[in-house]
Amino acid sequence: MLPIVQHPAAAKEFVNDPNRSRWHDQALWFVRSKRDKQAASLPEWEYLRETASGIKTHTIANLSHYLQQFERNATARGAVVHWARDAEHHNEIVLRILRDHKTKRIVKSKSMLTEECGLNHYLEDNGIDVVDTDLGERIVQLRGETPSHIVLPAIHIKKEEVGDTFHKHLGTDEGASDPKYLAEAARGHLRDKFLAGEIGITGVNFAIAETGGLVVCTNEGNADLGTSLPRVHIACMGIEKLLPRQRDLGVFTRLLARSATGQPITSYTSHFNGPRDENSELHIVLVDNGRSRLRESETFRAAMHCIRCGACMNTCPVYRRSGGHSYRATVPGPIGSVLSPTRDQNSYKSLPYACSLCGSCSDVCPVKIPLHHQLLAWRGELVGKKLLPVSKRLSMRCASYLFRFPALFRLVGRVGRFALRVLPRWATHNRLNVWTIARELPEPPKESFHQWHRRHRNH
Amino acid sequence: MKPTLADTDARQGILDRINTKHVDVPPLPDVDVDRVIQFDEPIDKFVEMLAMVGGQAHQVDSQGDVRAVLEEIEVFRTATRIVSLAPESIAGTIDATQIEDPHDLSTVDWTIARGEFMVAENGSIWIDGDTLPHRVLLFIAQYLAIVVPRSQIVSNMHQAYERIENFSARFGVFVSGPSKTADIEQSLVLGAHGCRKLQVFIVGDL
Repeated sequence: MLPIVQHPAAAKEFVNDPNRSRWHDQALWFVRSKRDKQAASLPEWEYLRETASGIKTHTIANLSHYLQQFERNATARGAVVHWARDAEHHNEIVLRILRDHKTKRIVKSKSMLTEECGLNHYLEDNGIDVVDTDLGERIVQLRGETPSHIVLPAIHIKKEEVGDTFHKHLGTDEGASDPKYLAEAARGHLRDKFLAGEIGITGVNFAIAETGGLVVCTNEGNADLGTSLPRVHIACMGIEKLLPRQRDLGVFTRLLARSATGQPITSYTSHFNGPRDENSELHIVLVDNGRSRLRESETFRAAMHCIRCGACMNTCPVYRRSGGHSYRATVPGPIGSVLSPTRDQNSYKSLPYACSLCGSCSDVCPVKIPLHHQLLAWRGELVGKKLLPVSKRLSMRCASYLFRFPALFRLVGRVGRFALRVLPRWATHNRLNVWTIARELPEPPKESFHQWHRRHRNH
Repeated sequence: MKPTLADTDARQGILDRINTKHVDVPPLPDVDVDRVIQFDEPIDKFVEMLAMVGGQAHQVDSQGDVRAVLEEIEVFRTATRIVSLAPESIAGTIDATQIEDPHDLSTVDWTIARGEFMVAENGSIWIDGDTLPHRVLLFIAQYLAIVVPRSQIVSNMHQAYERIENFSARFGVFVSGPSKTADIEQSLVLGAHGCRKLQVFIVGDL
């Protein structure tokens, strides 16, 4: 069983370092602002979001049809399509392909799916050398960490820390922290890895049912270098990545990079139709890992629309201040807090509460996932299943009782207003009340709204 | 080479699970082209967007003018290993069609590629994989130049996909600017793994 994640405890270290927390907050807000600028540059932005949502809703509803159509067309183009029921099965399939080719050196471009499946560790345990080639992913790999953001894997790391890591592993000058210098060093280091790679593994941004083709979007060009040198390309994708028609890409390529990093499009939007040539191989691994179960839920199905742009993270006030690692999940932030409990409710039960229900995530989501509604719905489910601590459950029951009896509500209001006026500070600000650790209690109003309304209703 | 065979049990299991839950939804929507942005001066918009994504545009009247512009770039003057897929504009020094293993192209300084058309809204250029003897040429060269006909431009990605509706090549790519990364503290660095810079030649007589 998975360990239980308590988001407040997991976020503590990050939040208690105000400089880092503020720096992280500002870095992500900068990305969010770039996104706003791009969104505002298109008068049809909302129309695109609606269309994207409609395409995804239709695709997920008819997923069986589109998966089979995709398989047929991809196979006709010479690709081999594999089906994996879960993470472990996915890893076995990939390892089998590597063993069939007697390969030991893998160059991998960014794929949140392989992170979700724990592929790197699995392959390393089996004696395979996996090199992450996305710069951010390479940084976290060299540091023995995991990505803290799905688009910006190293957003939590400062350039001085990158400098230390590179000094240790790549032999850059001690104390050097200039991003240009460090990126150049990584370029040289990874070039060698690319040239030595025997098989390239990539994720997939979109798979097209009508053509059997794949689309991979990168800024660095690492997916392209990693697949245009070796003869074998393994593409790993969740079954929700499908789009029915190639022209649907018109909608999604316009939304993805604008929402993710505020770019009009990624530097490279690469379309792979089958293997490179007659002597090459393309393996496509279609992974379920809980997705078909998620699809059965009316409430959470729309989470399968997600195109992994990360916009909900960049805008989330909780994510920006607490950092991606505080979620202890492959996908952090609002979408991660919706997806993780579908995997294990007990383990991730605190995540739907790492949210102020401000709704900003739903507003920026390019495929219109009702994220904050889903987070609220999760709370309802978790309460119903008694997965919350007694303190929270008890206070919720009291509140519910209070709201049912108006006379009692008024009485308690009066007591509360009086108590706020007379209670000494130590009675409210003590170690039993965590709520007041960094907060002051409000000034009590002289009368309740009910009283005010009664006085004024005849005017 | 014997291909690895697929696991049919897992396939059936996944499809069965999906098939047991029927979901009723509206039909697949289409984009109404009258509702999306179009530019009166698409070339101007393209040049503006290309600059924004870190590329450089050069508008020339004829293919013959390309060389003179390139000669003004120091890293081109000093380059010795050039692959040109647009020989009418400029001759290369390496014939990539004679090379079998793409790894042998690792020292290429410049690739001069052919673009099919431009997309104004994002400064990207569509490159058809069939024009490339090795697709790695686009990504492994230190510097990239793309030659594209001035008449071939669309405003947005919907029109772009309409143009390539039936493209049959095994590979195709929209290239928007040079390769780049902002993975170290959000500082933009051009030249991550692919080309360090991108020159786009918008040619009048092509």
